[in-house]
Amino acid sequence: MTAPAPAPARPAFLGRTRAASHTDNAARPGALYAVPAILVFGVFALVPLVLVGWLSFTTWNGLGDPRWTGLGNWRDLITDPGLLHSLRITAVLTIAGWAVQTPLALLLGVWAAGAQRGRAVASALVFLPLLLSGAATALVWKALLDPNFGLAGSVGPWVGMPDGNLLGTAGGALTAIIAVGAWQFVPFHMLMYQAAARNVPAHLYEAATIDGAGRVRQFWSITLPQLRNTVVTSSTLMIVGSMTTFETILILTDGGPGAGTQSMPFRMYQQAFKSFEMGPASALATVLVLFGTALSLLIVRFSGFSRMRSTLEGI
Amino acid sequence: MATAPAAAPGQTRTPAGPGPGSGGGRGSTRARGVRPRPLFARANIPAGAASLIWLLIVLVPLWCMLSWSVQSRDGFLDNGPLSLPRQLTSGNLTTVLEGGFTNAFVNTVIVTVVSVALTLVCAVPAAYAVVRSTSRFVAGAFSVFLLGLAIPAQAVIIPVYLMIVRMGLYDTKAAIILPTVAFGLPFAVLILAGSLRDVPGENYEAMTLDGAGPMRTLWSLVIPMSRGSIVAVGIYAALQAWNGFLFPLILTQSEEQQILTLNLWNFQTEYGVNVPGLMTAVLLSAAPVFIAYVLARRWIVAGLAGLGGK
Repeated sequence: MTAPAPAPARPAFLGRTRAASHTDNAARPGALYAVPAILVFGVFALVPLVLVGWLSFTTWNGLGDPRWTGLGNWRDLITDPGLLHSLRITAVLTIAGWAVQTPLALLLGVWAAGAQRGRAVASALVFLPLLLSGAATALVWKALLDPNFGLAGSVGPWVGMPDGNLLGTAGGALTAIIAVGAWQFVPFHMLMYQAAARNVPAHLYEAATIDGAGRVRQFWSITLPQLRNTVVTSSTLMIVGSMTTFETILILTDGGPGAGTQSMPFRMYQQAFKSFEMGPASALATVLVLFGTALSLLIVRFSGFSRMRSTLEGI
Repeated sequence: MATAPAAAPGQTRTPAGPGPGSGGGRGSTRARGVRPRPLFARANIPAGAASLIWLLIVLVPLWCMLSWSVQSRDGFLDNGPLSLPRQLTSGNLTTVLEGGFTNAFVNTVIVTVVSVALTLVCAVPAAYAVVRSTSRFVAGAFSVFLLGLAIPAQAVIIPVYLMIVRMGLYDTKAAIILPTVAFGLPFAVLILAGSLRDVPGENYEAMTLDGAGPMRTLWSLVIPMSRGSIVAVGIYAALQAWNGFLFPLILTQSEEQQILTLNLWNFQTEYGVNVPGLMTAVLLSAAPVFIAYVLARRWIVAGLAGLGGK
């Protein structure tokens, strides 16, 4: 299954290496083969990427034609106190999301990579949340957190929240969004860590045991350093995911209470499709594009996707 | 170092190979060996306890879903959220089916099937070209595809809306399908190209010696050799389409075109207090995915591995 060493390490007797594969005499597919993919991706992902920048310099209410207004939207955006607020909310969601999910996923993944009794059953069950759509997850949790007939009413008093109205305060609502995000995505990251932990060579642990290193010591000095690529990739995906949390906010809190959970994507959605101020919303979206591009460059840089010697090395 | 779970079926030529979550991986092989690994010789109590707690956190909401969905509204309110249902009912099913669920289900099936087909039709030849073509254009396109990996869909939803309206596609299934496919393509091409890179150059040369052109090579070599990845990519695309929310939310409007995720949300807004009904709808909407998970867990997990943080 998982090849521990990437292709370039393949000995010569196993056949041509990747570098040599471009010199064989096989018939080559033309660029035409890539055209359908480039067309669909280009029209519905790349063109919009350019258009969103252009739209950020226009005024448009969703009907008729966008009208060029220059830097107006950007000036408004920079001086808008709401931007700072939504940036802060997004930062909290992103950082707390990472801080909650990473240790959990790491611990669970390393555990699941072992050979404990019941591990296979436990991992099969733990993956279940991944099968639900984000919308379904948010709806279920909304019902669970309802102080009147959900779980919150019964569990709340035990954890020092007599009325169980977690979604009633800004802090509580943010906590709920982070918790739901963890419930939904920890299994995915656990999966990544599980696969990576299985590839840590056993002899490292044997040597450490002979040297008298305990389990905690082994985790810090063997497991974690060996998993560093996975930590980077998983973290990047987590950060992109938390930064763009949308359905959960829309369904669970609708940005409230007040503006307490209005993250950047949510604010953009409201401006664009509730107030129909497409221009200012596009400026906000452009900021999101810049963040997204920076992050995806990071993924490419750290995960080795661009050299891509074997399937998804680094994830 | 670490290879993705998605790599497992990708590199395994037959579906019988050990999958990522199947417990047939290296870990358990090792444990079955003559000398047990010291790491696993004694139980890892802290991690085991944490896993148990997490399992509870995962299962309690799922249990509530299941138990609420078989109770009547009054029964559920009397019973409290956690207790065993006393009287079972299938009445929620009727309520859900009357709420446009069937129509949304059919729409979602259509959107999912077409999305998967379109993704594969675009991605398989593209991956072949990325790996085997000498064209600079293709290499450049691949780098651009990589950039698309982390572009959040929300960031471009406004221009996509503008374009869909101008193309006259607003409130059609194509309006959902085209952007969904476009945003899934980078990952699809990446996974497929990765698995094709493991096919030795001799195989391609042999095809050429047999007189096969690129088209026949695609059919008789590329597709059979990357069957595993094609399944993983197909499942990934299917899950994206089945669970998608943003594109349908913005790009469709009528009840006639409504898909499941929106139908659920609608149900909650309309019948706010009918929690058992909502749980039934959620369970029904996820039923095909659950059934697929039971039947082909290894492949679903591989497909899920592509879901990313999105």
